[in-house]
Amino acid sequence: MADYETPELSSDDGLVDVPALVPDTMVGKGPYISKPEFQEGMNFPSDIEQDEDGNWSLIPNWKEEALNKLDDLRGRYRSLQVYLDICVKCGACTDKCHYYIGTSDPKNMPVARQDLLRKVYRRYFTFAGKYFPKLVGAVDLTEEVVDDWYNYYHQCSQCRRCSVFCPYGIDTAEVSMAAREILNHIGRGQKYCTEIMGKVYKIGNNLGLPQAALADTLEGLEEDIEDETGVPVKLPLDQHGADILLITPSADFFAEPHVDGLMGYAKVFHELGLSWTLSSYASEGANFGMFIGSYENMRKISMRIRKAAQDLGVKRIVFGECGHAWRVAYSFLNTLAGPFDFLDQRYPVPQHVLEITWPALRDGKLNIDKSRNDDMTLTFHDSCNVARGSRMGEEEGGQFDVPRNVIKAVCNNYVDMPADTTKDATFCCGGGGGILTDDLMDIRVKGAQPRMQALKHVTDNHGVTHMAAICAICKSQFTKVIPYYGFTMDQIVSVHQLVSSALILTGQVDEDEDGE
Amino acid sequence: MFLGIVYGLLFWAATLILVLGVANKLRLYWNTPAPLKIPTMPAPLTKQGVAWRMAREVFLFQSLFRADKLLWAISIVFHYSLLLIVLRHLRYFLDPVWGIIGFIQPFGLYAGFGLVLGLLGLMARRVVIDRVRYISAPSDYLMLVLLLVIGVSGLMMKFVNPTDIVMVKAFFQGLKYFSWQPLPADFTLLLHLTSVVLLMMIFPISKLLHAPGVFFSPSRNQVDNSREERHIAPWAAELDKQNVDYISELKK
Repeated sequence: MADYETPELSSDDGLVDVPALVPDTMVGKGPYISKPEFQEGMNFPSDIEQDEDGNWSLIPNWKEEALNKLDDLRGRYRSLQVYLDICVKCGACTDKCHYYIGTSDPKNMPVARQDLLRKVYRRYFTFAGKYFPKLVGAVDLTEEVVDDWYNYYHQCSQCRRCSVFCPYGIDTAEVSMAAREILNHIGRGQKYCTEIMGKVYKIGNNLGLPQAALADTLEGLEEDIEDETGVPVKLPLDQHGADILLITPSADFFAEPHVDGLMGYAKVFHELGLSWTLSSYASEGANFGMFIGSYENMRKISMRIRKAAQDLGVKRIVFGECGHAWRVAYSFLNTLAGPFDFLDQRYPVPQHVLEITWPALRDGKLNIDKSRNDDMTLTFHDSCNVARGSRMGEEEGGQFDVPRNVIKAVCNNYVDMPADTTKDATFCCGGGGGILTDDLMDIRVKGAQPRMQALKHVTDNHGVTHMAAICAICKSQFTKVIPYYGFTMDQIVSVHQLVSSALILTGQVDEDEDGE
Repeated sequence: MFLGIVYGLLFWAATLILVLGVANKLRLYWNTPAPLKIPTMPAPLTKQGVAWRMAREVFLFQSLFRADKLLWAISIVFHYSLLLIVLRHLRYFLDPVWGIIGFIQPFGLYAGFGLVLGLLGLMARRVVIDRVRYISAPSDYLMLVLLLVIGVSGLMMKFVNPTDIVMVKAFFQGLKYFSWQPLPADFTLLLHLTSVVLLMMIFPISKLLHAPGVFFSPSRNQVDNSREERHIAPWAAELDKQNVDYISELKK
């Protein structure tokens, strides 16, 4: 475990006291910069050069291009134009960001983060900023400003917690996405995101897992399930004519605890007799196009799902456990890659796997032995993109109830974390929004503090042993950072992992019950 | 008479700037597409639900209540005082004065104190809380000062240094028909009116746009129905139509 300054936790009320400002605690160069080859793959300008010290230049006419892009974006996004104009600097958001709470750096306060872009917008596009810049805090666009953008817009996980509390709903995620899109176009793309998206374009998923390797992995999982249960549960790949196309984050294919969730989906589908398949062409639920604010690349990735659905002739599209993937799917997919009139209109397009599992559990279609999860006391981490960017089920707020209902239906012991840290007030895991990369570990560790404090509270006071999540990024981030806070990696579980443990398949023979 | 003409012209100019400036901004917001469904969830599933959500934001400051109880209380006092005061001042523009405007006159008077207290509260937060101090530009303080000058000079005229309000009413009545009427040459009155003119002129180029702007906030005004209805901006539909991935590849 590398050494990072880990904030101290207390378990009093599960909430972190708002820190006093400590300017520049997180000043820095930001994440690794996207090289020309990755930039080209995204249709971003790539004429940047590296000096002897390894520093990348901006593109030659960066200033003009940055202002052009800002002007272009404010003309295409009402959110950006309105949000840049109407902030009154009331300060309601200032203590709401997990990165501010965890770092005390004032530029991590949502409004201050927005102001990094807003002060340039004012200088070049508003009357007051053009003629009275000092008065309204407008500044010229310089390389220092660009450095601040690159650094601090990559300390935002676009979790939208600030937008819940803003009296005008100003959403820092919109500003952060726009800023990254400007950076994309002046030679400051982010390596982590562009490299990964390049793999999606080339191979079909973030991991660069080709068809053969994927088939191999799935076969291994089938064997695991059969070894454990004696039931031949299939994980079909590229099966033409299947009813359901499952789109899931590629982390589900290999990472822990993600893969236990994938086996859970497979068991649920098997038990309900659903015909389903994965696609090697669209073997990725994640869509990093959202993180970098690139509508075009987000759309291009989404189109792969449309094409896979058409090529395989499926009737339904179902998404696995992934936060931002579900936001893109639920809120944007119809926009980006619709209309889906070629699918079965009796089902919502797309559906979340929990929207299949919960009704089945509710209606008693699955044989559940809750006591199999009695070794755990669970709590649930609402993923930000699911909580504040999507819905599940028919009811407003279903994204909070459906996962909890499922957990409670398969576990006897469940406790919620404090109300200020759950549902639409949930704290981000600290790794969302395209910052789940090792070069940003410092901010990831510190940003997890509010969630860790809430977890510590229910651990110490209510005996919670495990935290369930429904997002690949949350799961990866938590397993990596919770050791810094004195927890262990295996305390993070997938929701469908819990379903999987409690579900008794038809014909299931448990290892320890052999011969009965 | 000179004062009457100068202030008459000032008020006409300020009114034009306010109305045209805000109209121009609203046209910009209206014409700018919202390409994606981004309501802060959970969001209403119907248009009526959205109207109700917006009403709770505009009249009760619901989100602010969740964020910060003290700021919420100060803001409510300030904004409702301001509303009452503006309504109360309609008596200078209406002849005859509507019954309801007559009815609220005494309440509007107390609101003068509410306004000043609210503004002092907002100023105190801006100075005392380190986070709010950090995000404040000079204009953020000056805006409060301007409103304070308006409020205090108004109270002064009521309780300390009354002006000839019959003459003031004749002045504003005249303005409606470009008939220039004299104004009392009272320093307090002129300070009051000058500040109001300034506020009206600043409105369309400042953060005061939050008032009309909130109605255009996609995170608050969108319906949660993205799976049922396809939402698409014209510039994005063009990508579909021409079957290209990037805007730079579009043919005009």
